[in-house]
Amino acid sequence: MYLLEVRDLTKHFGGIKAVEEVSFKVREGSIMSIIGPNGAGKTTLFNCLTGLTKPTKGKIYFLDKDLASLPPHSIVKLGIARTFQNIRLFREMTVLENVMVAQHSKAKSGLFGSILRPQGFIDEEKTIKEKSIEYIELVGLEDFTNTIAGNLPYGSQRRLEIARALATEPRMVLLDEPTAGMNPQETSEMMDIMKRLQEFGKTIILIEHDMKVVMGISDRIIVLDHGIKIAEGLPDEVRRDQMVIEAYLGKETH
Amino acid sequence: MLAQQIINGLTLGGVYAIIALGYTMVYGILELINFAHGEIYMLGAYAGIIFFGLFTAIGLTSYSLPLSIVLTLILSIIFCSSYGFTIEKIAYKPLRKAPRLSPLISAIGVSIFLQNYVMLTQGATDRVFPYLFGAAGFDFIGARVTYLQSFIIAISALLMLSLHFFVARTMIGKAMRAVAQDRVMASLVGINIDTVISTTFVIGSGLAAVAGMMVAMYYGLVNYSIGYIAGIKAFTAAVLGGIGSIPGAMFGGIVLGLVEAMGAAYISSEYKDAYAFVILIIILLIKPAGLFGKSTEDRYK
Repeated sequence: MYLLEVRDLTKHFGGIKAVEEVSFKVREGSIMSIIGPNGAGKTTLFNCLTGLTKPTKGKIYFLDKDLASLPPHSIVKLGIARTFQNIRLFREMTVLENVMVAQHSKAKSGLFGSILRPQGFIDEEKTIKEKSIEYIELVGLEDFTNTIAGNLPYGSQRRLEIARALATEPRMVLLDEPTAGMNPQETSEMMDIMKRLQEFGKTIILIEHDMKVVMGISDRIIVLDHGIKIAEGLPDEVRRDQMVIEAYLGKETH
Repeated sequence: MLAQQIINGLTLGGVYAIIALGYTMVYGILELINFAHGEIYMLGAYAGIIFFGLFTAIGLTSYSLPLSIVLTLILSIIFCSSYGFTIEKIAYKPLRKAPRLSPLISAIGVSIFLQNYVMLTQGATDRVFPYLFGAAGFDFIGARVTYLQSFIIAISALLMLSLHFFVARTMIGKAMRAVAQDRVMASLVGINIDTVISTTFVIGSGLAAVAGMMVAMYYGLVNYSIGYIAGIKAFTAAVLGGIGSIPGAMFGGIVLGLVEAMGAAYISSEYKDAYAFVILIIILLIKPAGLFGKSTEDRYK
C-alpha cells in the first residue's frame, strides 16, 4: 500500500526552479531516501510535504487526501512529522516539555477546560506525561527528562527531535539529515533508532548525505539534481546509475 | 510613612503588573506591541461601571454586594476578552505576514478608534464608580491599609500566581511557550497557531478587564483617555522586566508601582506620571533587553 503519492510537484521561487515536476510514491513501512547535491531541492520538497510552503503546481496525496490546501498543524494531525537539518527544539523548555507539547493536539482541555475542570486536565496531563516518557526512553534520553533542551549535547538534541516528532503519533516521519555533524558512533546509534522506527511500522523519508547510512538503510532512493528527479530505484540500482554518478557520486566513487 | 508608601506602591504595582502581562504575552508570541491594550483596560473600567450600575438598578447590590462585584468582574472579563479576540482577528491577523511596522500602526489605529468610540458613546466627561468600601481598613505595621487596597493586592497576586501556573503547567500554556519560541516548529508538532494567539489575546484582555475594574473602584473616576497613560506605564513595566518575559512583567509592574509611590511621597507628587518615563529612558539606555529579558541575538540562538 502506498502511503504517500507525490505527482508532478513543482515549486518555483521567482525565477528559481527549486523543485520541478517531481513524482514518486512511498510504500507504507518503507524507508525512502532522498539524495542529491546541495541546492537540489530536498528541503523544499520536505517543506511542501509539511505545508510550510505551498507548491506552485502538482499534487501531494497522503492516505488519498490532498495536502495542498492544508495548514501545517492539520497535516501533522493526518500523520506526518518531521525533523530539521538545523535542529529546531524549543530550547528553553525541558526535554519532557518538548515531547509533551507535541501531544498538544491530542489534549482536549483548552483554556476553559483547564480553568473550569482542574481534575480533568490534571489526569490528562498525567497520561500525556507517561506517554512522553515512553518516547523519551525510545531514543535513550530517559536520564535527561528534566534537562533544558538547549543544554543537551548535540547528538542528544537530534534524538530529542525524533522523540518529539514521534510524540505527534505520525505514520510517516520526515528526517532531514539526522546524522549531520555526528561522529561514527552517534551515526550508528541513529541508524539503530531509524530501524527501530521501521519495526514499529513507521514510514520514513530520509534526506541524507552520508552514503553509508543511505545505502545501509534505504529500501528505495530517489536522486534530485537542480530540482529534477534524475533517478529512482533500489540502492544498488542508484549506485550504478550513470547520471547519478555524474551528478553526485562522481567525486566519491573512483 | 515608608510602610504606607509600600502598601500604596504595591496596590498600584499590582495593577500595572496585571496590565503589563497583556503586553508581554502578546509580544512574546507575535513580537507586536499591542498599543490597543491600554484601551482594553479602559473598556474594562467602563464595563465595570456599566455592569455594576445595572446590578444596582435591579437591586442586586443591596441584596449582596460581594456577589455583585464578582458578577461584575466576570462580565467585564467576558466583555473585554471578546474585544481582545475580535481586535486580533480584525486588525492583526490579516497583517501577520506584513512588515512588522504594519500591525504596530494598526494597533495605534485601534487605540485611537476605541478612545473616540467610547468618548462618543459614553461622553467626554468623567464617569463615577460608586465608593463602595469608604476609607475602612486596618492598621498593618504602621500603615493604614484600606479593605479595597488589600482586595486589589490579593486579586493581583492571585491572578499572577494562576497565570504562572497556567503557563508553566497546562498543555495550552506549554503550547503558548512553544509558539513564543518557534512559531513554525510549533505548527509542525500539531499546534494550531491561530488558537494559541487568540487564547493569548483572550487571557491578556481578561486580565486588563480586572485591572480596569480595580482602578475604577480605587480612584472612583473613569474617562475615555485613562487607557493611554495606564497603557504607557504598563508598557514601561513590561520593558523594565524584559518584554516577552512573564515574570519580568510581574516584577516590572511592582517595581514601577513602588517607584511611583515613593517618588510621589518623597520627591514630588506633581511628577507622579513622569517617574515611569524616567525609568523607561534609563532602562533603554542601560539594559535595553530589560531585567529578565533576552537580547534579540539570544532569542534566536
